[in-house]
Order: sequence, then structure tokens, then C-alpha cells
Amino acid sequence: MSAPRSTSALLYLSGVTVSFDGFKALNNLSLLVEPGEMRAIIGPNGAGKTTMMDVVTGKTRPDEGEVVFDGQADLTRLDEADIATLGIGRKFQKPTVFENHTVRDNLLLALAGQRSWYRLLTAAPTRAENDRLEEILAVIRMRPQQHMSAARLSHGQKQWLEIGMLLAQDPKLLLVDEPVAGMTDVETETTAQVLREINKSHSVVVVEHDMSFVRALGVKVTVLHEGSMLAEGTLDQVSADPRVVEVYLGR
Amino acid sequence: MITRFLWQGVDRKLRWFIALVLAAGIVPVLLNLFTPPGSALHVPAWALQLVGKYLCYAALALAVDLVWGYCGILTLGHAAFFALGGYCMGMYLMRQIGSRGVYGNPILPDFMVFLNYKELPWFWRGFDHFWFAAPMIVIVPSVLALALGWFAFRSRVTGVYLSIITQAMTFALMLAFFRNDTGLGGNNGMTDFKDILGFPVQADGTRAALYLASALMLALFLLIAGAIVGSRFGKALTAVRDAESRMRFLGYRVEGYKLFVFVLSAAMAGIAGALYVPQVGIINPSEFAPGNSIEAVLWVAVGGRGTLIGPVIGAVLVNWAKTYLTGALPEVWLFALGGLFIAVTLFLPRGVVGLWAQLKAGRERSRRVAPA
Repeated sequence: MSAPRSTSALLYLSGVTVSFDGFKALNNLSLLVEPGEMRAIIGPNGAGKTTMMDVVTGKTRPDEGEVVFDGQADLTRLDEADIATLGIGRKFQKPTVFENHTVRDNLLLALAGQRSWYRLLTAAPTRAENDRLEEILAVIRMRPQQHMSAARLSHGQKQWLEIGMLLAQDPKLLLVDEPVAGMTDVETETTAQVLREINKSHSVVVVEHDMSFVRALGVKVTVLHEGSMLAEGTLDQVSADPRVVEVYLGR
Repeated sequence: MITRFLWQGVDRKLRWFIALVLAAGIVPVLLNLFTPPGSALHVPAWALQLVGKYLCYAALALAVDLVWGYCGILTLGHAAFFALGGYCMGMYLMRQIGSRGVYGNPILPDFMVFLNYKELPWFWRGFDHFWFAAPMIVIVPSVLALALGWFAFRSRVTGVYLSIITQAMTFALMLAFFRNDTGLGGNNGMTDFKDILGFPVQADGTRAALYLASALMLALFLLIAGAIVGSRFGKALTAVRDAESRMRFLGYRVEGYKLFVFVLSAAMAGIAGALYVPQVGIINPSEFAPGNSIEAVLWVAVGGRGTLIGPVIGAVLVNWAKTYLTGALPEVWLFALGGLFIAVTLFLPRGVVGLWAQLKAGRERSRRVAPA
């Protein structure tokens, strides 16, 4: 294999193809995300949004193509744990928190730093770690619930907790899969605010169906269709594109 | 640092339970040694031997619970680690017989004379000495667990597939140990032990000491398991159980966590097996029978999976029932065991230990409904 291309982009996908039993979930997909950018990715069901996230986080290996992070790391050769350590965090569509752990323990597990099993056998949370936990609890407004087990949280609270876990993980790039699915309008609006807040210090890629939410984010939009990029630009630009209207918005 | 590690996870409830286990170890021994045989308080040696066996089973159950209850690995092969530890002890005990066997051969154990062995197989070397056999009791099961776990966890074998692999492992070992050519006694296994550390195995004093050792072992395992479960490692471990892929995406190398508890648990099972053998006086390949491993999982389920106290209670309860039923109504036992499995799954999802919480929750619910 050739050495990974050096690029100024934070995330660089080029000619990525993934097929499952002959079906091309991603078909020659190319995508660039600049450092500090927030990008919204939209597309009809089966457009390859989740597969793209799987490729970036190491869950799925692409058949072809290059995936480069931070200008040097070839993500196609690393596994999930390596990629997470490099600084890519992922929020799933369905909130996945550790139900049997307390809110605080969920955040503690996500906290950047200690990952090796033999260190954790004797590690007690440091002062700096406790301070950081307090900060995050304040940001996600869950200090009163910190000793509650995550199983008892409402759906919206679980989404918040998961966002808190991503903050604790402190990644360079955050991949967020349908963060407002099942949320009320007010919660959706607040989530957009929080993501914009997070974007001040992290790059973010958001996959979303909800157009009003994408509009509220007000960022560059990439439209996927059948595993490839169909259009890119502001929401108004892509909405005006007749091909986009045909495959997605028109339905 | 080690003491801090050991105390960090031991909460009040567990501390009391460990004290209880220690008391259950010491008091009967004292009553056995210092009361006359006719006295109402006297504990006979056979009772110590029986309960000592239960304590070894309890340690095995705790080992199973550590991987199944806390890490979600449903092992159906833990009796193999128990039996391997037992065989290491058995080999040491065989060597202690010396020339007192039926054939009186000073070098070869009876079964080797019987099978026309000319010399001692190489892997018997060293087992004359306790200082060699003792580490082997830990090393042999650990190395097997390490090899199996290394490949299985790295290849991300989970769930039912992993259970089947562990079951196949114990079955394969059973077949191997049944062969006379394996050099470990074939289907008769090893028995007629005479001495352990210079003391006669059958003597009452030795039995009392073995019983005490079993209780101390169980208390120590509870302490270690409690420390592990209560540490940050323990939090990560249960998180792996509940949402493995989430842990990977957080940057945890899940294999290391699984491998550590799997190997530790195999070592615990090996030590339990080693203390079991001198108390029952025999080790043979039927200890590897697949059913034994499944029974150990059942003890954990009955007592309460994912608690430290549960497996101990479950192992003692089920085995006490087994002793009673196989004596009183031998043909009923297997049906009772099957029925127990169904009943626990249906009515006691959290085991005997969870029963209290379950009843309390039920009463609260009915109280809330009643005034309306």
C-alpha cells in the first residue's frame, strides 16, 4: 500500500467503496471535513450515512478507497479502540449509555485518559478528573441526577448524557448520528445550541433527517444518495438542486 | 498498595459476608477438635468433609460469576479448569504414596504398573514436590484459559459461539483424560491417596485443616473479587458486559479486560479444584463432563448472577439439595435440577439474593395500587 496522502483536511475520504453481498452501501464516496468545521450530512434511507460512520470509526473496512484522519492516520488499518484514542468520538442514533452505571460513572468511563486494564485496577479518580466531571455535569445540566442509574433517565436525558460522554472523551472530531430523533421541538432547538457550542472547540459531523434541525445548525450540507455524494453547499443551495429534490426532498 | 486495592471495593455487606465465611470456617473446626464425639455440639469429620466440598464448589461458582455475571461471558467449560487444578493436586498426592501402593513399586504409581509403563512420563516430573505442584495448580488452568481467551476474544467470538467453544474444550479434555495412554490414570483417574504435606489425608485433623483452608480460600476469593468489581476496572468490566461496542468506540481495548478476568477466574477454579480433590479422595475424567460446567452456571443463576454473595449461596444450596435428593430419591434429582433451571429463569431472574428486592418492589407496587 502507498503511504497515506498528506492533507490539511481533518477527515479525508477518497473513492471509498463498501459492498455487502454485492450491494454497494458506499460507492466511490469522497468527502472532506476541515478542522473546526461542522458538517451536516443528509440523504434518504439507505444512502450510506451510517455505513460512512462505520468506516470512519473502524467498525467496517472499506473494499477500496482512502480514509485519512488529521492529515496522517490511515483509518482503514486501525481498529475501533485505536481510532477512538486518535480522537474520533461517535454518538449513536439510539442513545447507548451504560444503563447499570450511574450518570457520573458513565461520564467517568468516557473521560479521556485511562484506558488500560491494569492501570484501572488501582486507579482512583484524580482531582483533575473530578473537576472535569463537575464541569461536564454542569454543561449537560445533570448534576442533580449524577448518582442516578442511567436506566432511570428519560429518553431526552439519555441523549444529553451521551453528549456529555462525548465531551468527556474530548475528541477532535465528533460523529453524531441523528441526535434529535424522538425529541420534542424545544429539545431539538436546545440540542442545536449545544452542538454549536461544542463546535467552538471540536469538529463535528452530524447525520440528520430533520430539516428544521439542519436549518437551525446553519452549516454546510452534504447530500448522500446511493452511497455517493450528490450535492454539497448551504441548505438553500442543495434544496434548489433539482437532483436533490428528485431523490430526497420531493418525496 | 495491595491492601488499599483489596479494601477499595469491599462494602459493608461483603465485609459481613466474608466474616461469616471465616466464622463458618473456624467455628466447626474448633467444635470438631475440642468437643468430645458424644457431645451435642460435636461436628463430625464427615460433616466437615461434606461442607468443605461445598465450599470448593462455592469458589468455582464465584469464579464463573466473575466472567459471566460481571463480564457477560457465558462460560460452559469452567469445570475443566477446576478439574485441571484437581489433577495437578492429584498427581502430587499420587507421588506421595511412594512404595505403599498395591504393587509396591517405588517409582511408578499403581495404574502405570498395571498399564505396563516402563518409566515415569516426563510431565510427572516435579510433582513429587509440593513447591512444584502448588504453582502448577494455578499455572496449568491459567495457560489454557489464556490460550483459549486470546484467540476467542481477539477474533471477537461472543455469545453462544463462545459458550459452545468452552463446552467443546471441556468435552475434548474429558475424552483425552479418559484415554489410558494420556498417562493420567485413564477412566479410573487417581485415588487411594495417603499423605498430603506429610499428614495422613484420612486423619480427622487433616480433614479439619483442609476444611479450614477451603473457607480461607473462599474468603480470599471474595475479597479479591470484591476489590476487582469495586475498582474502576470493575466499572469498565460491567460496561463491557452491557455495551461492548460502545466501549470500543470509547477507546477501550475490550480484549484485555475479558482476558484478565477469564484467566483470573480459571486460576481461581483451579485452586478450588485442588482443595476439592484431597477432601473427596479421588479425581477422574468425569470431572470434565460438560454437565458439570453447566451445573456450575446453574448455581450462579440460583444464587444471583452479578452479585458476589449469590454464587456462594447458590452453590451451597443446590449442592446441599443434591446431597439430600440423590440419597433420598436418586431418580428424582435430574428432574429437580431441570425444574430448578426453569423455575429460576421464570420466577427468580435475580436469584435467591435478588428475591428480597423483588418482594419489596412487589409489595410497594401493590401498596401503590391499593389506595386508588
